[in-house]
Amino acid sequence: MKLIAAMSGGVDSAVAAARAVEAGHEVIGVHLALSSNPQKYRSGARGCCTIEDSHDARRAADVIGIPFYIWDMAEEFHDGVVENFLSEYADGRTPNPCLRCNEKIKFAAVLDRAKGLGFDGVITGHYAQMQETPLGRVMHRAVDPGKDQSYVLAVLNTEQLAGAHFPLGDTVKDQVRVEAKRRGLYVANKPDSHDICFVPSGDNAGWLRDRLGSDVGPIVDEAGKKLGEHKGAYTYTIGQRRGLGITIPAAGGEPRYVLKIEPKTNTVVVGSHEALAVTKIVGDRPIWCGPTPTANTQLRGFAQVRAHGSPLACTYVQNGSEIKVDLDEPLFGLAAGQGLVIYDGDRVVGSATVAHTE
Amino acid sequence: MAIYLDHAATAPINDAAIAALNTQMRKLGNASSVHNPGRAVRKDVEDARHKLSELVNANPSEIIFTGSGTEANNLAIKGFFWQHPDRNVIVTSAFEHHAILDPVEWLVEHEGAEQVLVPITKAGIIDLDFLENIIATRGKEIAVISIMHSNNELGSIQPIAEVVKIAGDIPVHTDAVQSFGKVEFDFQKLGVTAATISAHKVGGPLGIAALILRRGLDLTPILHGGGQEREIRSGTLNAPAIVAFAAASEFTISNREDNFARVRELRDYFIAGLKKAVPDVSINSAIDPALPGIVNATFPGTESDALLLLLDSEGISASAGSACSAGVPRPSHVLVALGLSESDADASLRISIGTTNTKAEIDQVLNIMPSVVERARNAFVVSELK
Repeated sequence: MKLIAAMSGGVDSAVAAARAVEAGHEVIGVHLALSSNPQKYRSGARGCCTIEDSHDARRAADVIGIPFYIWDMAEEFHDGVVENFLSEYADGRTPNPCLRCNEKIKFAAVLDRAKGLGFDGVITGHYAQMQETPLGRVMHRAVDPGKDQSYVLAVLNTEQLAGAHFPLGDTVKDQVRVEAKRRGLYVANKPDSHDICFVPSGDNAGWLRDRLGSDVGPIVDEAGKKLGEHKGAYTYTIGQRRGLGITIPAAGGEPRYVLKIEPKTNTVVVGSHEALAVTKIVGDRPIWCGPTPTANTQLRGFAQVRAHGSPLACTYVQNGSEIKVDLDEPLFGLAAGQGLVIYDGDRVVGSATVAHTE
Repeated sequence: MAIYLDHAATAPINDAAIAALNTQMRKLGNASSVHNPGRAVRKDVEDARHKLSELVNANPSEIIFTGSGTEANNLAIKGFFWQHPDRNVIVTSAFEHHAILDPVEWLVEHEGAEQVLVPITKAGIIDLDFLENIIATRGKEIAVISIMHSNNELGSIQPIAEVVKIAGDIPVHTDAVQSFGKVEFDFQKLGVTAATISAHKVGGPLGIAALILRRGLDLTPILHGGGQEREIRSGTLNAPAIVAFAAASEFTISNREDNFARVRELRDYFIAGLKKAVPDVSINSAIDPALPGIVNATFPGTESDALLLLLDSEGISASAGSACSAGVPRPSHVLVALGLSESDADASLRISIGTTNTKAEIDQVLNIMPSVVERARNAFVVSELK
């Protein structure tokens, strides 16, 4: 096959590209420039958007012996990921930009361009496993539970899945590093990237405050009684307990947690731990990462709501526009906008965006 | 199949240069040392300087060797600016190389300079009326005028003698990196104050270039140290590169007229064939007076980085615009200065033909071009739809 290897400058994508070459594919390395001003999103050597990273990617491509180019996806990234991130927060939701980037950039803009140029698909260093079945291609969790990235890939529809290649899903990270060293890839010891790549400081709340404002507003209890003041609603996350600065104690003296952020009234609602409990989740914008589950039929599976969250046993139903989940055990603290991913064992069934919870 | 059509980026090193390098690299001695081996190397360096000065019609002492064309351009821009503390305006064309534009922008940001850009006409020539006007109104404020001898993306040769005439007492620098070795370049006849030439564009090695600076003039240095080159440029003289620079230039210039005719014929053949192969192509580069081998063409509905990737995968090397330090492609400022829209500039390629190219190679490129353009259009349509 003719494949485009998306190379971030990190160890995973470098080894993924090398493996694809070894498997006999014709591979071209591409580094995505996601900021129109690379210094703007500068983040040292943590894996995204810097001059150093693009040079690391080029060096890896040279060592592997494949052509290498830089594709300017800054506009697509800004419009499709950064703007969406801001508008979701402005609406009081908590988005996951990595899901969005995979859905709109890596396996959309990049994959489409690759196909237009005559390539068959895109290789990345993501940790997930593909399986060919009589019903088509499906995606499973990676062998390495610590690195499994099937959650952030669950936004790929079957067509995107067909053009996606993840050569690392069957390997644990430590072995990937050993392999990188054996292959002479100098990025072998480069640290993993963790935070949101376009928030280089890692200070998500501060980054949001700078862009969405930091107007002082009330902190209230569930009955609407004012308990204190906050310095910008975007600073808070659902389930947060510390740093609320409330001086009026609860009647029973129990700790309070952030239950809700209401951007329209600039209000943060707090309450008891029990009030955070969620047993029913409704997700919209469903995407099926393989065969579509039978509609309007109760099915058993697992729901996961965070990249490294635990799978929660559940019953789910899909009706074409929504996925409704009934959790066996309550989950504490879930914000609208988070990604809801449904698994059948280790297989990714699909995903949706959390719309509301009970 | 490997077809190199990027001679304006760098040209293949010629045998004369390799032979000179090979001999000189075996010689021990620092040209600044007083002992016998030092003096022997000094003689080789000065012989080379002498030879080079004859090739550009300058005095040997007017040749100041530098490590690159970029360094020579920086030395000219910053040197003249700092030499005239009472003058803060720097005049350049809008389509200079970044090695001119960026030092000027740096001086604007850090040293209180003011940049005046001379616009480009549709013919790819600087607007002389604009220049005349700016000199008439602000002449006493201008520290230096720098206009390239020929443009690296369009090939158009600039009216430097006219610029010198209009400039009067104001120092005029010309970046002649693309012209030297390809068209006539005569330092004294042009009458410029300073000029930049570089070895690797004429079949010489990388890492050696020169600022030709009129006798008796001083420039504020940017590198301080041993003062090896007229106290204007410091650094141990790179004798092997200097000797090879002269040898390469001598070889290239001795064949200049034949080369010019041959390369120009290939260029015209390529343009005629390209118009047949891709009927809606438009040619941005100059025909005459122009460098012989530059073709700049817009392929509507494409992106240059896609064209370059596809050509590269067919073994064909061309170029487009420039890239930022992280390698992100940018629409060419030269084409934007010429009046092209950003999207047209982004859909343009520069093909630079050199003496080693053949008609058979051009035919192969013309054969592949329709399918390359078609695939680039497919990729573009898809990415636009999103």
